[in-house]
Amino acid sequence: MPQVFKRPVSLKDVPTHFCPGCQHGTIHRLVAEAMDEFGVRERTIGVASVGCSVFLYGYFDVDVVEAPHGRAPAVATGVKRARPDSFVFTYQGDGDLAAIGTAEIIHAANRGEDITVIFVNNTTYGMTGGQMAPTTMVGQKTSTSPYGRDRAKDGSPIRMAELLAQLGGVAFSARVAVNTPKNLMDAKKQIMNAFRYQVEGKGFSFIEALSTCPTAWGVTPIQANERIGGELIEYFPLGVYKDTAQWKPRIAPPAPVEQPGARAFPEFMNEI
Amino acid sequence: MGRIEIDEKRCKGCGLCTTACHLKLISLTREINVLGFTPAITTNRERCTGCALCARLCPDLAITVFKDK
Repeated sequence: MPQVFKRPVSLKDVPTHFCPGCQHGTIHRLVAEAMDEFGVRERTIGVASVGCSVFLYGYFDVDVVEAPHGRAPAVATGVKRARPDSFVFTYQGDGDLAAIGTAEIIHAANRGEDITVIFVNNTTYGMTGGQMAPTTMVGQKTSTSPYGRDRAKDGSPIRMAELLAQLGGVAFSARVAVNTPKNLMDAKKQIMNAFRYQVEGKGFSFIEALSTCPTAWGVTPIQANERIGGELIEYFPLGVYKDTAQWKPRIAPPAPVEQPGARAFPEFMNEI
Repeated sequence: MGRIEIDEKRCKGCGLCTTACHLKLISLTREINVLGFTPAITTNRERCTGCALCARLCPDLAITVFKDK
């Protein structure tokens, strides 16, 4: 019987350190599959951040630079400018990108650096024991907000995909989730789109992936998955927030129906 | 007609694959593996269609899928 699903070549055949049910592993696989499909593994340089994603170099079969906390977009800028022919991506969590690294991500995005940023949002600082992050939901109990996040005191969760989409340098910004097979297929498609921007040199691309943290949330993996489908997607809606190139879809749209007497649609309107 | 193989040494028993299978062919055992978790097993194997949804949702890539073309 032929094998139809196997580990991507870009992902090393080693067990991960992630907790049971943590979706970092799934997002790692999607990124590795996208690298395989574009065939960029030999010229890829990943930039790892601080957090649960810190062991990127142990799992991806590519060259990886370890950046100081939050500074992965700044390091990736340097890597890409020194080696413009390389394929550079950063992989960061929400405590890294949305808290300590806010300045770096916003300015790297605003400059329109030709890099891809994978942002894994699990609404907490997972590795250090579940402290409150900027993306923590209002009312969510964490070890530094034992009575739940208070909007009056701590503000509202940051929506990074929308925030970055309004910057001029950003070419692509999308939010995806991997909680159901349908969302997972869509996530793969959007990660492929984001990589395509860089492969073709069209600018900064950003992917926000919603992920679970069953350990820090204090629930079972299945309950954590259900929380993504309910509470999180309600506040962090999935979708593409900016897509400047507008690639043609793989499946061609249906041909327009000929209507006698109808005015012809001006040609230039198709390009807008 | 399909077949899946679950690597018991890699499985962390999160149970996400049990939610992915709409034929409910996957369940968790009570036996403990080398990692200290209760891994997933398949029942009624002959009904597996090889859709690979369980393997796609598995965060630890513990599932390989075979399918007759």
